[in-house]
Amino acid sequence: MMSILQTNNLTLGYGDTIIIDELDLKIPTGEITIFVGANGCGKSTLLRSLARLLKPKSGQILLEGDRVSNLSTKEVAKRLAILPQGPIAPEGLTVLQLVKQGRYPHQSWLKQWSREDEQVVNQVLEATKMKELVDRNVNSLSGGQRQRAWIAMSLAQKTEIILLDEPTTYLDLANQIEILDLLFELNEVENRTVVMVLHDLNLACRYAHNIVAIKDKKIYAQGRPEDIVTSELVRHVFNMECEIAVDSLFGTPLCIPHGKGRKVKNRKNKAIAV
Amino acid sequence: MDKYTILRSKYDKISFFLEKKTLIILPFLILMTLLLLIFGLSVGSTIIHPWSIIEHMLGKGTGDYTFIIETLRLPRMTLAFLVGVSLAVSGLILQGLVQNPLASPDIIGITGGAKVAAVSFITFFSAVSIKWLPIVAIIGAGIATFIIYILAWKKGITPIRLVLIGIGVEAGMGALVTMMIVLSPTYSTSEAYIWLTGSVYGSNWNDVFSMLPWVLIFIPITILLSRRINLQEIGDDLALGLGSNVQLDRLILIFVSVALAGSAVAFAGGIGFVGLIAPHIARILVGRSFGSLAPVSALIGGSIVMLADIVARTVFLPLDLPAGVFVSGMGAPFFIFLLYKNRNI
Repeated sequence: MMSILQTNNLTLGYGDTIIIDELDLKIPTGEITIFVGANGCGKSTLLRSLARLLKPKSGQILLEGDRVSNLSTKEVAKRLAILPQGPIAPEGLTVLQLVKQGRYPHQSWLKQWSREDEQVVNQVLEATKMKELVDRNVNSLSGGQRQRAWIAMSLAQKTEIILLDEPTTYLDLANQIEILDLLFELNEVENRTVVMVLHDLNLACRYAHNIVAIKDKKIYAQGRPEDIVTSELVRHVFNMECEIAVDSLFGTPLCIPHGKGRKVKNRKNKAIAV
Repeated sequence: MDKYTILRSKYDKISFFLEKKTLIILPFLILMTLLLLIFGLSVGSTIIHPWSIIEHMLGKGTGDYTFIIETLRLPRMTLAFLVGVSLAVSGLILQGLVQNPLASPDIIGITGGAKVAAVSFITFFSAVSIKWLPIVAIIGAGIATFIIYILAWKKGITPIRLVLIGIGVEAGMGALVTMMIVLSPTYSTSEAYIWLTGSVYGSNWNDVFSMLPWVLIFIPITILLSRRINLQEIGDDLALGLGSNVQLDRLILIFVSVALAGSAVAFAGGIGFVGLIAPHIARILVGRSFGSLAPVSALIGGSIVMLADIVARTVFLPLDLPAGVFVSGMGAPFFIFLLYKNRNI
């Protein structure tokens, strides 16, 4: 499978600290790739550098075969969208005003609202179910609605790839599933490549075609969740002992950590494969 | 989407998105400004009936009042308007750049630099012709901003560093000005004070035409940059991700903001608060989009300064007080109101 985004010998760091060391990574086109790893392992740093938000100390990033360092930032914006973690909207900004910003790379001062801009924004508002909330202040929305508004903005960029840094942190479970379902559908229906950083390993296993586990400044393992997520991986990457079970709805790996907790007498244990 | 009007040329080559609210409010503001102008021209130590003013403007006047209108009041009101427009737009840009609604040219050192330059000019170079004062003030504003930019630079400028350094520099400038006034000979002290308070007293057409190019150049540039300012407001990562050159845009915008505030302060002295209040009132009226906010803030700012000057020169007749007194008089309570409204944030 061709790789829409890849790194060659990429080294990233802040000041003298190296966070990612000589990393070669290929992001498969048209799939959902999820970065997992312990806190501080560098997954957000890696994602941000893929979006050219952070300059590499050495190595290159190739976007559709072109070196990102050679592309203008506007050109990159037409091919790749990034939603950083915890974005903040200015007070009083409406959903429509926010989503319209996503069209920036396709606009100019004379061309501020073309037919295509209008169509895309409408489409995107439909897809994220934000049509009824267009005139509301972004900051007055609930957490889940707000996140959908930001995702709508990123989608309005109409790029082949969309990167999201922890899009579900701070959301309740129902909202998390709603967002992840939306991204999953986008990938299925429009074949967009999605790259995310997620904290929840189980959700990552459920939604990702491709998991990249990061540890010690390098990729520890990469592949389909059912192939690579073992208790050994969890031990090395997260420094935690666990049992790997099979999700009873989706068949993907389900990580059950060892540790403390109430042990309820076994009644009907469908979830644990013995 | 019935709150918006879309303007599109054939073949979709040119298109604009206009908020209906703005389209309704703008004409009102223009009308209000015109009425304020007519009112201002009619009051003073000689009261001229508004109808005579209108006749005069239409060229059908009796010529009795030409001196008062055209030499005394009109240039003064025009300058007040231009100053208000520049300060309001400058404040609007800064508030967007710094992502903080309490930002204004006074707080981040722009006017401080102008004040130091102007006061030192008045105090130590009183032999040099006063016509150099505006240029000296603008240069002062430019140097102060340059210092702030350099001090705040660390692989780029972030809003918070800009604010913190700006506040520090402004405080330093304020101390410098106070010291100069304390050390200055008595005859220049009151002149310095009046300048610091902000006044359009004695403005003539020369002043207006010196200030006009600044407004005519930098206001249109601001409008052209409106999309970029909108992006600066949602954060650096997102702005970069959407394809804008964040640092370059920021530098250009600082430059424009300084040019506008600097020129306003140069010709009217240290008038404060307009850059802070006008954008806020505009935001209450038309919301958040920069394209709407710029013209609305400009008109509101211009009206505030015009009104302050009208009040300043009529309320305590025969005394002609500096307009800055009344701008502060209106601004301070409003500022307190703003702080009160934002207290939970």
